[in-house]
Amino acid sequence: MSTTAGIAREETPFRRFTSEFAESPLAVLGLVIVVIVAVLALAAPFITPQNPYDLAQLDIMDGRLAPGSKSMDGLVFWLGTDDQGRDMLSGIIYGLRISLGVGVGSAIIAGVIGSALGLAAAYFGGKVETAIMRLVDLQLSFPAILVALMILAVLGKGVLNVMLALVLVEWARYARTARGAALVERRREYIEAAECLALPRWRLLAFHLLPNCMPPLIVIGTIQIARAITLEATLSFLGLGVPITEPSLGLLIANGYQYMLSGKYWISFYPGIALLVTIIAINLVGDQLRDVLNPRLKR
Amino acid sequence: MTTWIFRRLIQAIFVVLAMTVIVFIGVNVIGDPVEILISPQADQAERARAVIALGLDRPLWEQYGRFLWNAVQGDLGKSFVFNEPALRLIAQRMPATMELAVTAVLLSIVLGIPLGLYAGLRPNSFAGRSIMAGSIFGFSLPSFWVGLMLIMVFAVQLGWLPSTGRGQTATLFGVQWSFLTRDGLAHMLMPALNLSLGNIALVLRLTRAGARENMPMDYVKFARAKGLSPVRVVFVHVMKNITIPIVTVIGLEFGSTVAFAVVTESVFAWPGMGKLIIDSINVLDRPVIVAYLMMIVFLFITINLLVDLLYTVLDPRVRLESRE
Repeated sequence: MSTTAGIAREETPFRRFTSEFAESPLAVLGLVIVVIVAVLALAAPFITPQNPYDLAQLDIMDGRLAPGSKSMDGLVFWLGTDDQGRDMLSGIIYGLRISLGVGVGSAIIAGVIGSALGLAAAYFGGKVETAIMRLVDLQLSFPAILVALMILAVLGKGVLNVMLALVLVEWARYARTARGAALVERRREYIEAAECLALPRWRLLAFHLLPNCMPPLIVIGTIQIARAITLEATLSFLGLGVPITEPSLGLLIANGYQYMLSGKYWISFYPGIALLVTIIAINLVGDQLRDVLNPRLKR
Repeated sequence: MTTWIFRRLIQAIFVVLAMTVIVFIGVNVIGDPVEILISPQADQAERARAVIALGLDRPLWEQYGRFLWNAVQGDLGKSFVFNEPALRLIAQRMPATMELAVTAVLLSIVLGIPLGLYAGLRPNSFAGRSIMAGSIFGFSLPSFWVGLMLIMVFAVQLGWLPSTGRGQTATLFGVQWSFLTRDGLAHMLMPALNLSLGNIALVLRLTRAGARENMPMDYVKFARAKGLSPVRVVFVHVMKNITIPIVTVIGLEFGSTVAFAVVTESVFAWPGMGKLIIDSINVLDRPVIVAYLMMIVFLFITINLLVDLLYTVLDPRVRLESRE
């Protein structure tokens, strides 16, 4: 479309999409926060005042300092320190890295697997569909936390195990969404046309069917990232998630839990705020994406 | 109807069987069963003896058969830590969890339905909008963090409520209950509220959607035209139609509430089976883990079955469809 209409440059799908997205100031704020958080997470080693996992930089004498206090060598701990004398701000930024990495990574893997199965179910129908969708129903009838608990109970903790658990928890939603979208699309004429060209099946599914099923998958994907981050934090808080050497926000919160009762709130509180802001920002973006990409709400 | 129930039952049994296979494979094939089933303190000779005693040298399908046979008889192995049958350990802690989960579900009904009705009947009012905006938090906030904040505000800062534990309990039918004493209730308030937040938001949204959908319908107009009071129209006529999806969802959510109690129990040190499972995972007390998983799967499937049955009782349309 964009190639044919030089005159209608104002109305390329992408421009329409961005302008509709920008209609909600909250969603734009959410997007800005998401971008900032992502940049912080990516650039963590370059911007944090301290490398919280380099033991040489830590001083146990700086342990449990209140926000704003100074270390022995003049470094200001804006958000205080934990029991090991780590700067919380640095710890949180490094934690964001793990939390986002695990959340986004698992959401993408689950998205690929789930969408592939969902598309296959819708396209092939029959026994393939019944088998896949039964599995989806079974999976979705158990709450995420329980499935994750099962997997981690069997496999033990670790970043990869957590990701595996998250993928197994999430794929079913993508599969259901992809199937729903593909069922509508596969009756369209362009699919028939592609079939008449005798294109290989994988090509038809990947290059013809999939792109047209993308909008709902993107929406689900955004929300699922937020869910994955929450679930990872919960699992890590319970001590089942990431190991102590790679602390995510959930683990930081868990570490501060014991000090909270004695009034040292900052060790748990600030990682919690970081987690919260990230999750809410992603949800805001996801909500607006759902409204913009939903054809039923098109004006 | 009977055939339908029968078919549903067979389906449920099939799912339970499938889950036992998954748990069995998980523990025995992915994990190392020797490590899992034999106490880590055992020496080499003891290990070899135990492998034979436990039948771990037999083919897998035979092992599975034995596992299933024992499970049917209620024997899921002994806890390494407590040296007690795993199932009994879980059964001992079950009342605490159930009490918490039931209270949480009740809270979600008591708070969710009125709030949802208000938001549904006055969707454009400021309060209605605030309720809806607030419900988003119920969904998106991580529940463990909300729990921590509750403790921080109400236990540490204000000192109004106790932070952890079950408090004083009273015995009824040979089981300890917290809801029978004032102290127990005070201990239960925060965990129950924490556990119910997601459900409150869910019930609220369902009620609101139901109210908005039903209010413009002909039967409501007709009831009004008959001269019934608005209170009767809303609470008798409309409520009847809203209740069906809510009952289904609450029923289905009861299972997840029990599962999610794992988190709440850990935050508030509530001595239920959720806390037991986390402790067991941390010390690799696998018989307890297996027993817990089997138990909760069984619970889930029973709940799903009951909800389906209840659905047919509540909604005549479902009954008619299944008869056709």
